Amino acid sequence: MRNPLSDKIITIKPSGIRKFFDIVNEMDDAISLGVGEPDFDTPWHIRDEGIYSLEKGRTFYTSNSGLKELRNEIANYMKRTQGISYDPAHEIIITVGGSEAIDLAFRAMINPGDEVLIPQPSYVSYEPCAILADAVPVIIELKEEDEFRLTAQQLRNAITDKTKILVLPFPNNPTGAIMEKKDLEEIAEVIREKDLYVVSDEIYGELTYKDKHVSIASLPGMQERTILINGFSKAYAMTGWRLGYACAPKAIMEQMIKIHQFAIMCAPTTSQYAAVEALRNGDDDVKGMRESYNQRRRFLMHAFAKMGLQCFEPYGAFYVFPCIKEFGLSSEEFAERLLREEKVAVVPGTAFGDCGEGFLRISYAYSLENLKIALEKIEKFVEKLRREAK
Amino acid sequence: MREQILSIIEKNSRIDIKELAVILGAEEIDIANELKALEDEGVICGYHTMIDWEKTSIEKVTALIEVRITPQRGQGYDNIAERIYKYPEVNSVYLISGGYDLLVTLDGKSLKAVSSFVSDKLSTLDGVLSTATHFILKKYKDHGTILTKKYEDTREKVTP
Repeated sequence: MRNPLSDKIITIKPSGIRKFFDIVNEMDDAISLGVGEPDFDTPWHIRDEGIYSLEKGRTFYTSNSGLKELRNEIANYMKRTQGISYDPAHEIIITVGGSEAIDLAFRAMINPGDEVLIPQPSYVSYEPCAILADAVPVIIELKEEDEFRLTAQQLRNAITDKTKILVLPFPNNPTGAIMEKKDLEEIAEVIREKDLYVVSDEIYGELTYKDKHVSIASLPGMQERTILINGFSKAYAMTGWRLGYACAPKAIMEQMIKIHQFAIMCAPTTSQYAAVEALRNGDDDVKGMRESYNQRRRFLMHAFAKMGLQCFEPYGAFYVFPCIKEFGLSSEEFAERLLREEKVAVVPGTAFGDCGEGFLRISYAYSLENLKIALEKIEKFVEKLRREAK
Repeated sequence: MREQILSIIEKNSRIDIKELAVILGAEEIDIANELKALEDEGVICGYHTMIDWEKTSIEKVTALIEVRITPQRGQGYDNIAERIYKYPEVNSVYLISGGYDLLVTLDGKSLKAVSSFVSDKLSTLDGVLSTATHFILKKYKDHGTILTKKYEDTREKVTP
């Protein structure tokens, strides 16, 4: 029988998280700090709007680019939060999660051999999606001493004649790093000078704990070079609704819509109606959740300081990324032992790129009570490792 | 900070000052001073425990009583309200807009105890025109807490 598989797909490794997931799932009583989604339920008024849309029989396809009402609300949101004007008719598309938008952006823009710059540690899908779009992924290793921000120098060093796109994944999963306006201005200068495009994944944009998030698209001359990706999963605790969106210049958007039209048709209709409600009346919910995350973040930073575990202070998303290099274990070894010996699941930093070695991703999308128990166990484990080392 | 302290301790009055300081990113001494001020000003009126008596073997009935009254010259409703709230079995007394005047909640040992309170004590007060008593059959949610279901984390244990 002939080989049924594509050569390209078999070169792509399955997500490093998958393997860990299988071990965790064997253990019923493990406390997990390993999830990448909010612990809050979707606010009831948003769910109610989804239910109401079903009751009214809104169960048909929407237009390919998504409900007009929702695109209008997104345009308003972009205007009021970032001061950017997008034309809802030609520059906004509703996608199945932010993940689809990443895929669309790559496929709409990449010619075989184009290089895509991917800062790591970062979300697991940029590299495989770039490969599937026939790009050559070029990894930029972010450094803890830079608080895992991308510097203009690192960017310059990575650019070649073939570079076309920079992926900008901030606020960042897994590090919790953010890029502030001054950082972005330096990056934008290089982007304009070298005539590049930016795929800016701002899915955690509502979850920052310093100043408000700034989109690179809001900087001078950058809107025409940026594919801005956002969604409802993190800000409104709507992961299962699978709803994201992208804002991009018309010429790029037309091609993205074409791919989406043939591959997906349209994003789930119920979710789109619920999302209209989220954007219209969800600000207070976001504020409340952000405040809770911030309290937990402070709690974790305090706990790490107490146990003497090195961790830079993250100001975004809902992750901390402590350094475990002092123990001489790999991230995977550390995570596996922590799981087997103390029954706490965290994700090894290497799941988000090789340069995540020596770090762990700890999610604080858990109640304080839960975090307290887990952190006590981590402290116990850390002390044990230190005793062993003596 | 005031607002944040209040919103946290409204849900969890047992949280200690140390932990409050950590999660709010403030100094312990500032939190302690603020709490003291809130207590002195009467903003914080007490620290109570929410108990679902249903789950105990102790018999208890709770009633909501609508009371219509004639306001008194110079006193309005205050005088009668005071005469009602002084009974220890009265849990709360609110002045209400709409079809009646006072809403009284009452904890009693039994239906009989509640009804004798209403007929002997409450309705006989001067100025009370009428009462309507509603017994609570089941509490679904109280003080923002859902009593009928426990939170269950149904997320996948590890996700990217």
